[in-house]
Amino acid sequence: MNEKLAIETHDLTKTYDGTTVVDHLSFHVRENEVFGLLGPNGAGKTTTILMLLGLSEPASGSIHVYGYNPTREPLKVKRIVGYLPEEVGFYENLTTKENLEFIADLNGISPADTSRRIDEVLEMVGLTKERDMLTGKFSRGMRQRLGIADVLIKEPKLIILDEPTSGLDPRGINHLLDIIADLPGMGTTVLLSSHQLYQVQRVCHNVAILSKGKLVIEGSIDKLGREALAGGRYIIEVETAEPSTELVDILKKIKGVSGVEADGNILRVSTDSDLRSEIARTVVDSNVSLVQMKVHEFSLDEIYMKYFKEE
Amino acid sequence: MLAILRKELSDHFTSFRCLILFLLVFLICGLTIYSAQQGIRSAGNEGFIFLRLYTTELQGVPFAFLFNFVNFMSLFFIPIIGIVLGFDAINRERSSGTLSRIMSQPVYRDSVINGKFLAGIIVLSLMMITSVLVIGGYGLRMIGVAPSAEEIIRIFIYLVYTIIFGAFWIGLSILFSILLRSLATSIICSIAIWILFSFGILVIAIGLGRESMETFQTILRFSPNWLFGQASSAILAPVVRTLGTISPAEMAYMLPNPLSLGQSLVLIWPNFTSLLSISIICFAVSYILFMRQEIRAI
Repeated sequence: MNEKLAIETHDLTKTYDGTTVVDHLSFHVRENEVFGLLGPNGAGKTTTILMLLGLSEPASGSIHVYGYNPTREPLKVKRIVGYLPEEVGFYENLTTKENLEFIADLNGISPADTSRRIDEVLEMVGLTKERDMLTGKFSRGMRQRLGIADVLIKEPKLIILDEPTSGLDPRGINHLLDIIADLPGMGTTVLLSSHQLYQVQRVCHNVAILSKGKLVIEGSIDKLGREALAGGRYIIEVETAEPSTELVDILKKIKGVSGVEADGNILRVSTDSDLRSEIARTVVDSNVSLVQMKVHEFSLDEIYMKYFKEE
Repeated sequence: MLAILRKELSDHFTSFRCLILFLLVFLICGLTIYSAQQGIRSAGNEGFIFLRLYTTELQGVPFAFLFNFVNFMSLFFIPIIGIVLGFDAINRERSSGTLSRIMSQPVYRDSVINGKFLAGIIVLSLMMITSVLVIGGYGLRMIGVAPSAEEIIRIFIYLVYTIIFGAFWIGLSILFSILLRSLATSIICSIAIWILFSFGILVIAIGLGRESMETFQTILRFSPNWLFGQASSAILAPVVRTLGTISPAEMAYMLPNPLSLGQSLVLIWPNFTSLLSISIICFAVSYILFMRQEIRAI
């Protein structure tokens, strides 16, 4: 993955009428990755996004989007960034094609390019058949897909999606996530905000969790799990044929193991690093048959629950 | 801005409400031609017969002053066009979620409001030019008197004036569409102001100005509709020599002949500048409010 940064914020702060909505937020998004901005409602996700686009002015701190400052050069940022708001709206008296043509016109795309791009993006989101349909008749899922098409028409380097999956049925969510997952391959960086953790987990490479405007944690999902739940440790689950208390004691003696917890046939071994081979050898040496062993994968839900329980 | 202007214009021209407004234009043309046909022969002979097409009142009906083109335009039609063209300019985009979509495109924020304002003015101008031409064309056939060069210039000045007056109403209704979230509240506020300026102020003026004509006139001058009405009758009827009050003693010295074009312009100049300034103020306020408004507040 390319190490060039698409978004970089430093100590970003925004206050509305005396309340701090975004509080010294610093994070970065690399080019060609799907980055998830997570947090409960009111965590400051949308405000952060609006500041990234230059639609809202930060009280202090700095933002760079592909090297541009959105407050100073909003047009340059808007030219390379596509934004899909949470409540996306279309002109209901216009057809799909006319809606897209208007956006292309606002972006100064030539008419010849426009019709080619419309065909491409509609193909990509699977709305080719609805090309001449009035958007007023669209279902929620179709509107979201049209929203993606609308964002893609200007061939942006970065796409910002605000709660793209809210209000969709499972099939609609899957369809939308499939489209999102394909974007980095086409050279597009994606920033998506959500409070639906499971979905984000599927498509995001990296996530940042916000709460009350503050950054709680940032990083890749597996790293987050270890840091957040196990204090930076690995948890290795060892399943044996029968439980044995001796084995627990033996495992505890391995260098790097900080604790062993027995739960029926499963032993949860906390370690500082991936010690699977040592553990396997020890288990086999002590004449216990090893059924299976794996590194516990933390789901975003667990991370999330842990953080919001603490509040 | 051109993209927005194009879109707004195509929206206006394909909308049902514009069709209704154009039907209204033809209704007014018919009414004007009818009153001209009834009354033009009984008019005096100061010349400017062609202009009389626009100023002749329908004879023998109560409130006859309402039934001529000039007053109908100033009191009813232009305010209504302005309100209808602007009352949902911003709040409809806001409520349908298209505003944030446009704002995330590489366009300046002022292009949005400029485009909408300009599109409104273009539609209004088209309606006014159409109605003046329809009346002129049909009237020409009816009375058989060709307009003189001065008459054509006066009509042109009237049209320019109309557009500035219309700009005030478009600006006002756009202002409400920025301030108020709901379409209904926005149109009701605009209509309330229209009623106040057209009729409310007349009632107030009659009430307070019972003793003095001077007070009556002064109160009416607070209303852009009456300002415009007075000025447009002065420009279209050259015999109008003053917009103020004159005592019977002074009246005796007045020559009953029409004013030259230059003098008519001098007469309407204060009205013209005050209308122009309120139109500009109205637009400027909406402009500033829109530029400062947080897009977030959806």
